[in-house]
Amino acid sequence: MPLGDRGGARVSYTIEGSTGTWEIVCGLEVHAQVISKSKLFSGAATDFGAEPNTQVSFVDAAFPGMLPVLNGECVAQAVRTGLGLNAQINLMSRFDRKNYFYADLPSGYQISQFEHPIVGRGEVEIELADGSTRQIGVTRLHLEQDAGKSLHDQDPARSFIDLNRCGVALMEIVSEPDIRSPEEAGAYLRKLRIVLRYLGTCDGNMDEGSMRADVNVSVRHAGEPFRTRCEVKNVNSVRFVMQAIEAEARRQVEIWESGGEVVQETRLFDPARGETRSMRSKEDAHDYRYFPDPDLLPLVLEQGWVEALKASLPELPDAKRARFMRDFGLPQYDAGVLVAEQAVADFYETVAKGRDPRLAANWVTGDFFAALNRTGTTIETTPVSAQNLGGLLDLMADATINGRIAKDVFEAMVETGASALQIVEERELRQVTDTGAIDAAVELVLAANPDKLAEYKAGKEKLFGFFVGQVMKAMAGKGNPALVNEAIKKRLGVA
Amino acid sequence: MILTDFTIAGASEALRDKTFSARELTQAHIDAVEKLNPRLNAFITFTPDLAARQADAADAAIAAGKAGPLAGIPLAIKDLFCTEGVRTTAGSKILENFVPPYESTVSANLLRDGAVFLGKANLDEFAMGSSNMTSAFGVVENPWKRRHSDAALVPGGSSGGSAAAVSARIAMGATGTDTGGSIRQPAAFCGLAGIKPTYGRCSRWGVVAFASSLDQPGPFARTVRDCAILLSSMAGFDAKDSTSVNLPVPDFEAACHRGVKGLRIGVPLEYRNDNMPAEIETLWRRGLGWLRDSGAEIVDVSLPHTKYGLATYYIVAPAEASSNLARYDGVRFGLRQEGGHDLTDLYETTRAAGFGAEVKRRIMIGTYVLSAGYYDAYYLRAQKIRALILRDFTDAFAKVDALLTPTAPSAAFAQGEKMDDPVAMYLNDIFTVPASMAGVPAMSVPAGLDAQGLPLGLQVIGRPYDEETVFAVAQVMEDAAGFSACPSVIAGGRA
Repeated sequence: MPLGDRGGARVSYTIEGSTGTWEIVCGLEVHAQVISKSKLFSGAATDFGAEPNTQVSFVDAAFPGMLPVLNGECVAQAVRTGLGLNAQINLMSRFDRKNYFYADLPSGYQISQFEHPIVGRGEVEIELADGSTRQIGVTRLHLEQDAGKSLHDQDPARSFIDLNRCGVALMEIVSEPDIRSPEEAGAYLRKLRIVLRYLGTCDGNMDEGSMRADVNVSVRHAGEPFRTRCEVKNVNSVRFVMQAIEAEARRQVEIWESGGEVVQETRLFDPARGETRSMRSKEDAHDYRYFPDPDLLPLVLEQGWVEALKASLPELPDAKRARFMRDFGLPQYDAGVLVAEQAVADFYETVAKGRDPRLAANWVTGDFFAALNRTGTTIETTPVSAQNLGGLLDLMADATINGRIAKDVFEAMVETGASALQIVEERELRQVTDTGAIDAAVELVLAANPDKLAEYKAGKEKLFGFFVGQVMKAMAGKGNPALVNEAIKKRLGVA
Repeated sequence: MILTDFTIAGASEALRDKTFSARELTQAHIDAVEKLNPRLNAFITFTPDLAARQADAADAAIAAGKAGPLAGIPLAIKDLFCTEGVRTTAGSKILENFVPPYESTVSANLLRDGAVFLGKANLDEFAMGSSNMTSAFGVVENPWKRRHSDAALVPGGSSGGSAAAVSARIAMGATGTDTGGSIRQPAAFCGLAGIKPTYGRCSRWGVVAFASSLDQPGPFARTVRDCAILLSSMAGFDAKDSTSVNLPVPDFEAACHRGVKGLRIGVPLEYRNDNMPAEIETLWRRGLGWLRDSGAEIVDVSLPHTKYGLATYYIVAPAEASSNLARYDGVRFGLRQEGGHDLTDLYETTRAAGFGAEVKRRIMIGTYVLSAGYYDAYYLRAQKIRALILRDFTDAFAKVDALLTPTAPSAAFAQGEKMDDPVAMYLNDIFTVPASMAGVPAMSVPAGLDAQGLPLGLQVIGRPYDEETVFAVAQVMEDAAGFSACPSVIAGGRA
């Protein structure tokens, strides 16, 4: 029997038990909310955070006689995502009804794609801390409706229902059981999120619930077939996914090692306790009675339409990183940091355009990121524009200011949002290249430090740096460092 | 001049000629409803004030020369069509007090063309039945009587109220819906013309769903031509119904006059069986004779899978119904039974109190055939047979232009008959169900009376989207049959 294991021998994360070494087998089902103005089958709006039940059509509320009409933009978003995951696009797919009763599911069924998803097999390359890469298989991606929200904490006796989210389009992205460690799961989720954000198909915002994961976990000894898995439902942060896998794997190891048997069931992760607990067992599992939704025709796409979407896809993070490394000579790590968010990559490219790309990368990942962190701003809200940061680099390149002053100018830019040139002009920070002024400053420093001069002449040559510092200080930091060095050397008669 | 005796075509002409006003015509019908409805129970909700206002509007439109094709024509609307501001019950206690805030596409089309709505016609609960006995609003009496008997007969179902109203001349025409025969069988039982157009010809938007892949609105009238006039108004593409067909609506009225010269009319061998009452067999032969005499060629054809039609239908329709009716849960609209402890109690008590026995039976059957372990054996197999039934029709229509069959295996039966045996009741649909499964248009035309003086219908089945040929054949039948008998209960003071 095939083990379904594409990873082979490469397992670095293991759990040591009393009966031996265990490895984790994990697959993720990620629910990603599609970015679209209106819902999957109705014209109601999808904005997050609206007043309860203000974005609900009669279709969403399942009034009698209401019918779903597929939102073409949601289909395009799913196809874009499929293309971004290097996946097979199924030109024929179908919508099915998944039947179950719940108060936040007005129609009593969720429209989903069971047998014929819109996207088939694909692949996501993840990168681990040690720099190695792995391919995680994507089994499928399908479109489905989100449910509404039940609010149980508004009233002691009653529950309230908010249907704003009901009917919003979700992409369920199902991975193969290729994940072998919490780290890999985290890397997979982060990578997925970056790709979705680049594609503009999901904002990847796990806090707002626009990306959630169901985590399937089992454990086994190396070389064994898969053992029984459990599904941990609705985990809503990368960190929690990693913790849930670890906790669930440990729980299963303990069961197996104490002679027990892991039971297939649905579990919930409790982040406060760092453990999973049972939600419902297989016996209580719903019989969803899937069948093709008779209100909807099969979804048939034209190859030409898919090709046109493909041609209009943005450059994706892997390709962009490769280009940054190739065209800008950036190290892999820096390039990776810069492409992690599209806005950052765009910012960097604006700064780097026509300038020293490595210097630009150092400034963006160094002072600029530090300033964002320190001031609690983001690439979208920072007062420092890419153009202005580029302008700062220009002033260094043409020796208007030196590197030391540049740091001060940058801080002023962070505070005021003004351009580098404006700050330099206003604060008179232009570099002094007048050799007369520099020579005068050198004379002043030497005159003020006769003892140091004597020591230098007696052979203590490392005092050269002291003189440079003193001259720069005397010039309020504005001296051209090269000219200052030269002037001191000349004055001290250094060859 | 008895205004309620007019056909729609005749009344429209008289209205334009100012022979009488729309208000007078409507008032005559209002009076007739008030007189006869207490006995017939054809209307669940009677809206005389609304009808009077609509009639006045029609008179104004006629005076202004802007009258639509149905200006001033009083109609009954099956209480499965949602009507804005007018209670819509679907014949069920669970929707007893449901007032839709929207108008179904089909009824909106009729209003656009100037029609007057007298009220909402009785029906089997959620259109599930062949006798109108399952309505939560009481049984409907067929205006026809057996000779020398005062026994109350059923009008057929599910559109029993619509058929009874038009037959008793308390409405000039009516809307119905046909899922497995719900227009054609009551039309036959009440001596009317009634057509189920091709699936997709009339929008299902705003029609309370029974079985989505089968439900199709259509008209009842006392003449073939009146049916054509009504269908021209009701039909048309609707972007709100994904299964609606985007084809222009032909001139159905003109098609009535095409004749059948040169047409090939098929006789499906499998519709003949030993159990067929001799009267029906005789009527069928007579109908074929009329068509032959009018220049058509009669050809034997085979529909080998039609014998599975009924069994297949009673898997597919309940399956879809079990899902479609999940939305009646007491949460957002309709009946709610309070007092339970939790959500499941709310569902159980509400649905137990709100649904009648036949609806519950079909929900149970539907739930069963979709359940894990049974889906392949029932639902999937039924869908395969459905495809074979469609292929039978496609093959037959390669050889012939239309088919002629009986509409129902008997004339109207008495109230209370067949009630203890659901399967005997289901057998009413044996001749109508195959066309429903194939989605092809089919029409019942009154062709004669049985030995007890009750009307019998013959069914014309056409190619998909070829209602025109169906109307042409039906018109020839109507002309040849010279059907002029009247029911016992009839407006205008006779009988």
